[in-house]
Amino acid sequence: MAGIPHDHYEPKSGGEKWLHSRLPIVGLLYDTLMIPTPKNLNWMWIWGIVLTFTLALQIVTGIVLVMHYTPHVDMAFASVEHIMRDVNGGHMIRYFHSNGASLFFLAVYAHMFRGLYYGSYKAPREITWIIGMLIFIVMMGTGFMGYVLPWGQMSFHGTAVITGLFGAIPFIGPDLQTWLLGAGAVGQPALNRFFSLHYLLPFVIVGLVIVHIWAFHTTGNNNPTGVEVRRTSKEDAAKDTLPFWPYFVIKDLFALCLILVVFMIIVGFMPNYLGHPDNYVPANPLATPTHIVPEWYFLPYYAILRAFTADVWVVMFANWVSFGIIDAKFFGVLAMFGSIAVMALVPWLDTSSVRSGRYRPMFKWWFALLVIDFIVLMWAGSQPAEPPYSTIALIGATYWFAYFLIILPLLGVIEKPLTPPATIEDDFNAHYAPNVGGTKTIVNPAE
Amino acid sequence: MSHADDHPGTRRDFIYYATAGTGAVVAGAAVWPLINQMNPSADVLALSSIRVDISGVAEGTQLTVLWQGKPVFIRYRTQEEIDAAQAVDVSSLPDPNAENANLPDGSQATDANRALATSTEATSETAGETGGEAWLVMMGVCTHLGCVPLGEQGDFGGWFCPCHGSHYDTAGRIRKGPAPRNLPVPIAAFVDATTIKLG
Repeated sequence: MAGIPHDHYEPKSGGEKWLHSRLPIVGLLYDTLMIPTPKNLNWMWIWGIVLTFTLALQIVTGIVLVMHYTPHVDMAFASVEHIMRDVNGGHMIRYFHSNGASLFFLAVYAHMFRGLYYGSYKAPREITWIIGMLIFIVMMGTGFMGYVLPWGQMSFHGTAVITGLFGAIPFIGPDLQTWLLGAGAVGQPALNRFFSLHYLLPFVIVGLVIVHIWAFHTTGNNNPTGVEVRRTSKEDAAKDTLPFWPYFVIKDLFALCLILVVFMIIVGFMPNYLGHPDNYVPANPLATPTHIVPEWYFLPYYAILRAFTADVWVVMFANWVSFGIIDAKFFGVLAMFGSIAVMALVPWLDTSSVRSGRYRPMFKWWFALLVIDFIVLMWAGSQPAEPPYSTIALIGATYWFAYFLIILPLLGVIEKPLTPPATIEDDFNAHYAPNVGGTKTIVNPAE
Repeated sequence: MSHADDHPGTRRDFIYYATAGTGAVVAGAAVWPLINQMNPSADVLALSSIRVDISGVAEGTQLTVLWQGKPVFIRYRTQEEIDAAQAVDVSSLPDPNAENANLPDGSQATDANRALATSTEATSETAGETGGEAWLVMMGVCTHLGCVPLGEQGDFGGWFCPCHGSHYDTAGRIRKGPAPRNLPVPIAAFVDATTIKLG
C-alpha cells in the first residue's frame, strides 16, 4: 500500500508465517493500526474515533431493538412502547439509540467543519472528502427513516413532508413519490420499506467508512498546519509522525470518555430533551401537529428548504428562465440538496494555494461566519415559517451559498496568506516546547 | 488510432457485442422487477371509491374522512364564507385554475367551480342558487409538501398549513405561502341529499 514510509509487519513465528503467506490479514491490521500520524494533530482530530464508536453503538443497539419491534402501522407505536415499558432494560437501549443519532450528527458536523477549516478536502484528499459526503448523505437517509419507525405524529407527517420533496420534481415527481411510498399516501408500504432500508444502510455506511479510511491512509492525515508529512525517507517521516497506536488511540479514547460522560448525562437524565413530544402521540393521518419540525440535526437544511418562497427574486428569475418548470417548491428542494452539493464540490471551489485556515487571515473570519450561519440556520429552521424567521433563514441560506460559490473562489485570488512552517516537526517544536510535559530535555544547560 | 486497430468486423467482435448486449438485457430484466415491486400493490390500488354520510354535518363545520390514505375535507360553509370567497378576483390568485377533477382542465378558480354541485346538473346552473355553493369537498393535503392544513385558520379564514405557513381561503384556494396550487377537488358527487360519493 502506498503511503508514508514506515515499518511494516514482519511475521516471526512459524504460525505467523504460515498465515501471512496465505492471508496477510494480520499485516493489514498492523499497518492500519500503526499508520504514521502527524504528531501535531489537535483535539479536533478526535471525531473520527467518536464517529466509529457511534456507528458501532447504533448498529448494536439497533439490532437489539429489532428483536422487539414490529414494522406494522397498527403495532409499530405499541411495540416501541413495549420496548420502553416491558423489555428488560429496553428503555435505556432505545434512549441510547435515539440519542446516539444526535451524538452521531454532532460528531459528523464537528468532523466536517474541522475539514473545512484545515482544508482537509484539498488535493490530494478529494476522494476522502467525497466519500465522507456520501457517508453524510446515507447517514441523513438512515436517520430520517429511523425517525419514521416509532410511527408517532412527527414520524408520519415528517414522512409526508420529506417524500413530498421528491414529489416536487417536475414531470416525474408525483410518480416518483408514489414509487417511494408504495401508495398514494404514507402508510404500511412506506413503513415496511423504511424499516428494511434503515436496517440495511448502516452496513453500507460501514463499507463507505472502510473506503474513507483507506483513502486517507493512502494520502496520510491532514494536520493543523496543512503541511504534508515528509516522505523523503523513513527517518524524515518519523520526525513528523507518531504511530496511531498507542499515541492517538489513547488520546482519542480519552476524548471519547469525556464525550460519553456528557452523552450518559443526556441519556440518563434528559433522554427526551432532543426529541419532540408530538412523536409520543400515535400517528394520525387526519391531523398534522401544529408545529412540524425535524430533529435538530436536519434543521439547517430544513431552513434552506423553506427560505426560498415565491416572492424571492432568484426564485422568480428561475421560474421565468425555466418557463415555469422551476416553481418555488422545486426551487426550495434544489436549494436544500444544492447546499450539500456545494459542500461536496468544495475541493474544486477553494482556489487558495494554502491548505490550512490557520495561515489564511481573511478566510478565518469568513469561516467563523459560516459556523455562525450554520447555527443561525439551525435556529431559524426550528421557528415557524413567517417573518422575521423566514427573512433570517433567507439571509442565512444566501450566505451558505455565497461562502462556497463566491467567497472561497475569490479568497484564493485576493487573500495574501501567511507562510506555513516548512515541516510538521518545526510546528510541533514551536507549539510544544521540549521542557513542557513528560519528556525533559536540557536545551541550554549554561542558563 | 493506429492503422493496425482499424480491422474489419470479425467473428470474435460479433460474439463480444452479442454477449455484452445479452448481458445488458438480462441485467435490465433482473433489475426491473426489483424496482417495480416498490410501486403500489394490487390491494392498495383496489381502494377506489367510498360513500360518506353528511347528514350530521352542521353549517359552519367540517367532516374529515380518510380516502385512499389521505384526508378529505367536507365542509358545510356559512354564507359569510361563501361571500368572502366569491368576492375574490380570480385573476389575482396565485393559482387561477379550479383544480377540480369534476370539471374540464383550465376551468377558472371561481367559488362556484370549487364548490361541489348540489345536483347532478352542471355547476354553472346551481351557482346562482342560495346555498348552491355550501358544500366544499377537497383533499386535505397541502399542495406544498403534503401536511394536513388546519381549518378556520390563517389570514383568509380558510385553512392554514402549520408546516410551512401556506394560507388557503374559504374556497380552499392558495392565497399566501409556499404552496403552488389550490387544494385539489377530487372526483365527488351527491348520491342523494345526505350522501357524497368520493371517487
